[in-house]
Amino acid sequence: MPQFRMTGRGLWITVLIVPPLAFVALFIVYPIISAFAYAFFDWQGLKRLDFVGLENFHTVLFVEPYRSWTINAFKNNIIVFFALMVLQNGLGFILAYALWRELPGARFHRIAVFLPVVLSTIIVAYLFKLFYHPLFGVVNVTLKNIGLDWLAQPWLGQSSTALGSIIVAQAWHMVGFPTLVFLAGMQRIPSEILDAVRMETESEWVKITKVVWPLVAPSATIVFTLLFVGAFNWFELPYIMGGLDGSPFGSTDVLGLYFYRTAFGNVSSGQQDFGLGSALAVLIFIFIAVIAAVITTRLRAREIQL
Amino acid sequence: MSADATNYYDRKGILGALGRDGLLQVILIANTILMLAPIVIMVFSAFKTTPQIFQSPFGIPDFTQVQNFVKIWNETNFLRYLLNSFVVTAASMVLILTLGTMAAYALGRYAFSGASFILMFFIAGLTLPLKLAIIPLFMLMRDLSILNNQLSLIFVYTAMGLPSTIFIMTGFIRTLPNELEDAARMDGASEARIMWSIMLPLVRPAMVIAGIQNVVPIWNDFFFPLVFIQNDNLKTLPQGLTTFMGEYTTDWGVLFSGLTLSAAPIIIIYIVLSRQFIAGMTSGAIK
Repeated sequence: MPQFRMTGRGLWITVLIVPPLAFVALFIVYPIISAFAYAFFDWQGLKRLDFVGLENFHTVLFVEPYRSWTINAFKNNIIVFFALMVLQNGLGFILAYALWRELPGARFHRIAVFLPVVLSTIIVAYLFKLFYHPLFGVVNVTLKNIGLDWLAQPWLGQSSTALGSIIVAQAWHMVGFPTLVFLAGMQRIPSEILDAVRMETESEWVKITKVVWPLVAPSATIVFTLLFVGAFNWFELPYIMGGLDGSPFGSTDVLGLYFYRTAFGNVSSGQQDFGLGSALAVLIFIFIAVIAAVITTRLRAREIQL
Repeated sequence: MSADATNYYDRKGILGALGRDGLLQVILIANTILMLAPIVIMVFSAFKTTPQIFQSPFGIPDFTQVQNFVKIWNETNFLRYLLNSFVVTAASMVLILTLGTMAAYALGRYAFSGASFILMFFIAGLTLPLKLAIIPLFMLMRDLSILNNQLSLIFVYTAMGLPSTIFIMTGFIRTLPNELEDAARMDGASEARIMWSIMLPLVRPAMVIAGIQNVVPIWNDFFFPLVFIQNDNLKTLPQGLTTFMGEYTTDWGVLFSGLTLSAAPIIIIYIVLSRQFIAGMTSGAIK
């Protein structure tokens, strides 16, 4: 009799676990494994041809014009990552610190800083595209109104400012996320520690650098890692604001755009190459996985367990 | 320490605190203005004609002027996009929460061999950037003949949502007490009945967190429709917005009202449920 009940329960567990397992296996695990396999074949449109070994990898890394495109996009991703480290995570830490003091209106400020985070990236992209318009956009109109005409410029239309302008839009969109993660980290610091610190020092700087910062290390680990993965997957904002080719002149091209363009073609060339696209996807994937693992382990090491 | 010194430190402490809090308050107010200004300008511009936007971009409009919205209602596919987004998001959420609860219940309530391996398998899906697997996904959808079909989106979103949902809910379900369950089992209730009538009502808080964490990215997603959906009548809101913005490039009044209409549902829900939104969307990053 117990034996029968066990099989009954085994069947019940199987019924519960197999459907979700099938979804994840079919739509996540299988495509990711296939992406690796695809990169070793020659493709014509949607048709898989011969096994070509590492040739696709060789092409995207060492054969012109792919080589310069890869380097350019990679370089831009690095700029994006470091700029957002300052504008998004740096600012987020400062805002979290300000919110943490529970000054009057803190609740309202907290809701306001997170509001852009819930918006669709596409809405943010179009909104800022209109704001950056050289003639009628609010950015240039404002500059002219306050007498800074010389600063008004075609923000998205010139190589020197295009990427920076898109990064600012991204920082506006997402700064609320690190802010509230850091804030949650600060709120977990036990009040006994803060009282003890207050006895020892009155310097705000010492308090932040020697106490708060080390104690929010777990939040920092997560926020830094997520920003890294996000920065190297960046797609929507440059796609809408810079276009599929990363215009002007590739100055806003990033790996996400370049990968999509290589795999699915763009309007002007109409070419699509699943082999080269897959090779790029595999390289980006390995790069993200390795660096994210390094960042996580290095940052974890400095976390303090309370 | 002498009385004078204490006094001195006290005084400096108060002044310092005032100056510091003042500075922090200024930072917060400046930031809040920066956060809200783009949204306010967007909403104001939605009620203006294009010449009005060009002449006074910051002016307060006449809110009875709704011709831009009428134009969107009459001339564009906007409502269709909104409805599509709603259908895709709702179907994905039902699947995510149903399948996620099933798996989490099995993993959190029963001890069986392979359970920890299966949990690891699900959690691995949490960290994989699925965008990079878009080529095989595209081929898979083609082989299943659901390209240009919203099922492709629903399936991908469900698979993407499951790892975080299972992660959150397994942790929660494990913490529930055994007594109720054991008592019901004594009374001869079936495992399915125990799950449905006794345990599920208790897991609702975790469902809300997992639900919000997934609903926002799904509602806002642009990348998968871009690849899977071509037919204009099947497009979701973010994707439809690109069509729409391309058609009305010079009519800024209509552009801003389109953006406002697209942003309105989620902004309104966020304002009502801000606490749950913040908790849900940061729950993956807060231990």
